Amino acid sequence: MSQVAQGGGAAAVPASSAFPVRRRRKFNYQSVLGTLPMIITAIGVFVICIIFSVIWSFTNSKVFPNFNFVGLAQYQRLWTTDRWLISVQNVVIFGALSMVFGMVFGYLLAVFMDQRIKQEDLFRSIFLYPFAMSLVVTGLVWQWMFDPNLGIQAAVRQIGWTSFSLAPLVNKETALYGVVLGGLWNGVGVTMAIMLAGLRGVDAEIWKAAKVDGIPTWKTYLFIVLPMMRGAIATAFILQLTGVVRVFDIVIAMTQGGPGISTQVPAIYVIQHITDRANVGQGMAAATMMLLPVLLLIVVQGLLQWNAKRKQGRA
Amino acid sequence: MSTNALPLSQPIVDGPRGAKPKRITPARIGVYAFLVLSALFFLLPLWVMIVTSLKGMPEIRLGHLFNWPAELTFDPWIKAWDTACTGRDCNGLKPGFWNSVKITLLSVPVSIVVAMINGYALSFWRYKGSELLFAVLIFGAFVPYQVVIYPLIIGLREVGLFATLPGIVVVHTIFGMPILTLLYRNFFASLPAELFKAGRVDGAGFWGIFFRIMLPMSVPITIVAVILQTTGIWNDFLFGTVFAGRENMPMTVQLNNIVTTTTGIREYNVNMAATILTAAVPLVVYFVSGKWFVRGIAAGAVKG
Repeated sequence: MSQVAQGGGAAAVPASSAFPVRRRRKFNYQSVLGTLPMIITAIGVFVICIIFSVIWSFTNSKVFPNFNFVGLAQYQRLWTTDRWLISVQNVVIFGALSMVFGMVFGYLLAVFMDQRIKQEDLFRSIFLYPFAMSLVVTGLVWQWMFDPNLGIQAAVRQIGWTSFSLAPLVNKETALYGVVLGGLWNGVGVTMAIMLAGLRGVDAEIWKAAKVDGIPTWKTYLFIVLPMMRGAIATAFILQLTGVVRVFDIVIAMTQGGPGISTQVPAIYVIQHITDRANVGQGMAAATMMLLPVLLLIVVQGLLQWNAKRKQGRA
Repeated sequence: MSTNALPLSQPIVDGPRGAKPKRITPARIGVYAFLVLSALFFLLPLWVMIVTSLKGMPEIRLGHLFNWPAELTFDPWIKAWDTACTGRDCNGLKPGFWNSVKITLLSVPVSIVVAMINGYALSFWRYKGSELLFAVLIFGAFVPYQVVIYPLIIGLREVGLFATLPGIVVVHTIFGMPILTLLYRNFFASLPAELFKAGRVDGAGFWGIFFRIMLPMSVPITIVAVILQTTGIWNDFLFGTVFAGRENMPMTVQLNNIVTTTTGIREYNVNMAATILTAAVPLVVYFVSGKWFVRGIAAGAVKG
């Protein structure tokens, strides 16, 4: 992970390592004192708390944590519980759909915003304002819009289109797609903003060159500019990915995991087991599983960096 | 990771660089049609929220979701603020509002001051192990909250902070720390080293340089941090549910309780008024801060 952080830092702030004056000093007690909250947080929360979560996942802790170890029993139970299996399936579907549609819609919006349009600031404000509102608010609004008897469905039917149907939340098969739509409404503006900044960061010379070569605008956007925006795409991707793994508020507000258990997600599973269901061991096993995608991300990032370094060495 | 794709030193808005538009062509019309349709999609829920909150229940039962109220009423707003029920308490949203005000007013400055000192120390006063601590902190930005929440509950209970106002402030400070520290570290690292050297030559130490040189320099980045934290903490739901306890229940949690209360008839107009009231603070922050908000998002890209 240290590689990751340093890599990121070095890319943006070359200055930080270039100044010899900032070489590591001997122990400066004021500095240690000043960063005491960071020391406590880094070690106490992001190391020790995680270790405890993992340890308790191997115990049969119920209401209160204990240290009666039961091996992998909690994991065995976890992976044979419908509620968890559906949670994992849901988070994968939710993640895939919101990321694909979020990226495509976000990039499209950014490209259209980039056409020297009038009122750019107005459009930007409109696309972004949902993000200022909480996911609870987002969930409640869309729950109301999707109300089968009084929502969009009813309003459209009244105009005369009587077979119109748009009430995904009351149906087990479609509830998750309703949540995806709510999430997109909240977050697409951010993807657009990041992509637009990325578009504007592309060298103007590229555009001139593409024009000279007679490449149509849409091709330039898709095959030349898009691959050059790796930074912006990675930022948007990671932002969305962390949001997906954590997805909680919007589901609670929109469906409370229902109908039935059709929109359960891992984050809800963990919280329910450490609160209402009073089964800490089971909750911690689920929490430990939630750590896996993060570790995977770090390994992938590490491999990419290692690969890049190796290539550099060869050249 | 790629948190630095959009450094703050660069202006976010640079002016369009796409192909030069000609006169009105079908393509131009297409561009605006797409943008206007998208804008409608984003605006529709806000419109529905507003009109629903201004209608009486009889009118809502007619099902004209998008219509402007035939008979304008502000009663739902008054009820949402003053008398709406969560379980047996019928005090409306106002206790939640004041709890959120308390939580936000305390958590924003505390989390920012802590992160500011972190970033300053990590840029100018590194010590053995400080970079490793920072790496752990950045790792923390990607860890799902559920992985650390339960041990944190136990830890806070041990020191008597669980379900208290100081407790929820500590929690917001902890989870705001990774991204804010990164923000300040990158900012301080982008300052010219001569500033720091000059302070050293004048004999100033860790705190002297911090208060006399760095603090005044960091006003712009602090505006971004304040926006990021104010909206983030106001909108928080998970930590409020888990850590705040009944006494300090923030507005988002209370809103959810009011709306999902299943007893009696569901009053959609009151629910929507309550929803707007909860969204009001971050929306005002958003519209007042404008482009600063976009910078905050770019900077806070890992926060999620």
